[in-house]
Amino acid sequence: MELLTINNVWMMICTALVFFMHSGFAFLEIGLTRQKNTINILFKNIFIITVGLLLYYIVGFNLMYPGDFNGVFGFAGFGLEAPLADGTFDLAYSEGYTYWTDFLFQGMFAATAATIVSGAVAERMKIGAFMIFTVLYVGFVYPIAGSWQWGGGFLSSLTIGETEGFYDFAGSTLVHSVGGWAALVAVYLLGSRIGKFNNGKSQAIPGHSIPLATAGVLILWLGWFGFNGGSVLSADPEATSLTLVTTCLAAAAGGVIAMLTSTILYKNLDLTMFLNGILGGLVGITAGADQMSPGDAILIGAIAGALIVFAVSLIDKIKLDDPVGAIAVHLICGIWGTLAVGLFGAKAGFDQFAIQLIGVLCYAVFCIATSFIIIYILKKTVGIRVSEREELEGLDAHEHKMDAYPDFRLNEH
Amino acid sequence: MKKVEAIIRKSKFSNVKKALHEVGVNFFSYWDVTGLGNEKEGHVYRGVSYSTSDIQRRYLSIVVNDDFEEVTIKAILAAASTGEVGDGKIFVSQVDEVYRIRTGEKGGNTLK
Repeated sequence: MELLTINNVWMMICTALVFFMHSGFAFLEIGLTRQKNTINILFKNIFIITVGLLLYYIVGFNLMYPGDFNGVFGFAGFGLEAPLADGTFDLAYSEGYTYWTDFLFQGMFAATAATIVSGAVAERMKIGAFMIFTVLYVGFVYPIAGSWQWGGGFLSSLTIGETEGFYDFAGSTLVHSVGGWAALVAVYLLGSRIGKFNNGKSQAIPGHSIPLATAGVLILWLGWFGFNGGSVLSADPEATSLTLVTTCLAAAAGGVIAMLTSTILYKNLDLTMFLNGILGGLVGITAGADQMSPGDAILIGAIAGALIVFAVSLIDKIKLDDPVGAIAVHLICGIWGTLAVGLFGAKAGFDQFAIQLIGVLCYAVFCIATSFIIIYILKKTVGIRVSEREELEGLDAHEHKMDAYPDFRLNEH
Repeated sequence: MKKVEAIIRKSKFSNVKKALHEVGVNFFSYWDVTGLGNEKEGHVYRGVSYSTSDIQRRYLSIVVNDDFEEVTIKAILAAASTGEVGDGKIFVSQVDEVYRIRTGEKGGNTLK
């Protein structure tokens, strides 16, 4: 009983930390975009966390954790129902947390997948279309995809040779790539912002508040203490403390290597790459944060940091416009982190690597297909892109009829 | 009476302010402006190089009696210069009349 109390307190702290990540995402996103779209981005982020939580209550939790099911799709009914034993609340539900904590911790994760997409489609997507997409993706796609692994579905028991089970500790694939794939599809269907590619050449569209973006990244890093630390699913002293060490070392290595790589390539100390590198390191370590030694964590983070710089440049080269680098951070580093479980740490081995690869491919197919269907239908019906005039004058003025900074005159561009 | 208007680097503002006080010019208005000029500023953002000719400067508007015109201009020329492209400009024009709103009196005395 005392152990359960301690475990449960830790899990509730982690729940709060993951909740706080939503302000990190919001700050990062508005910081790296133009001031004329600030209200729109904040609106999307607030919509995601509020509606995401309600959806997770209505269907999400029981889609993701359906109990015994066929491994692909299961649903345990609408809403929440406290588990009872002899007519009272059943504390034997888990050694690490209560039923209520379980719901809220997982619910905080759920909204993250749509937040990732929000950054990639910033400054040009119709708010109505984005809200419909969010409802479908957070309400149904994310929990169904999650059930395959965390809900005890087919990936969690996939066996090759002697090795059993896909491994994604806190969601390099289940959260970050699930959001990342949809971001990729959305950016492709949406097209680039006006002025991003002139005569085939990529143009810089600087963000309007780099201090906010920096605060956002540091808040996200703090939130990751809960994201990874809570994924231990108890307050186990060794596992939680090791997880925080690997998480922080990977973040630091990711930042430093991204900074060095971009400095060597572009002869410029670019803070935004430094920041993206930290996030890349965090996403990269997330799949195996409890399996790695500190040295492994630094290597995984460092490779993620280098990947970020090349991925941002590659995405630019193939004419995809991702204002905040969401695809590079969440998709590319998410895949890297998932595969890294088969290359480094306690689970490293050829069979594990093969299972990880199969897992990545399963999620790729499912997420690309579902997000393509949703966004393509939206494009052909309600439309997904704002008018040219709205885009040039800003989504705040047209979609919201509000100004984020009414008392300040800022340079418009 | 003359109006001396100057567009200067923001980094030179405190120098210019001090120099103007030293020659007895204690009243003036200023505001921040954005303009186009010969200077190009090179930037890099997320691996993309770009340059902008949008230049941030400070605009001073000083109304003085005729006998202060020369010292005012000299003070600005000395205090605002770096010798590089982009140091700015000074414009001088004639002012027909000046009124002090509190008392309604007019003429050069109102500038003292």
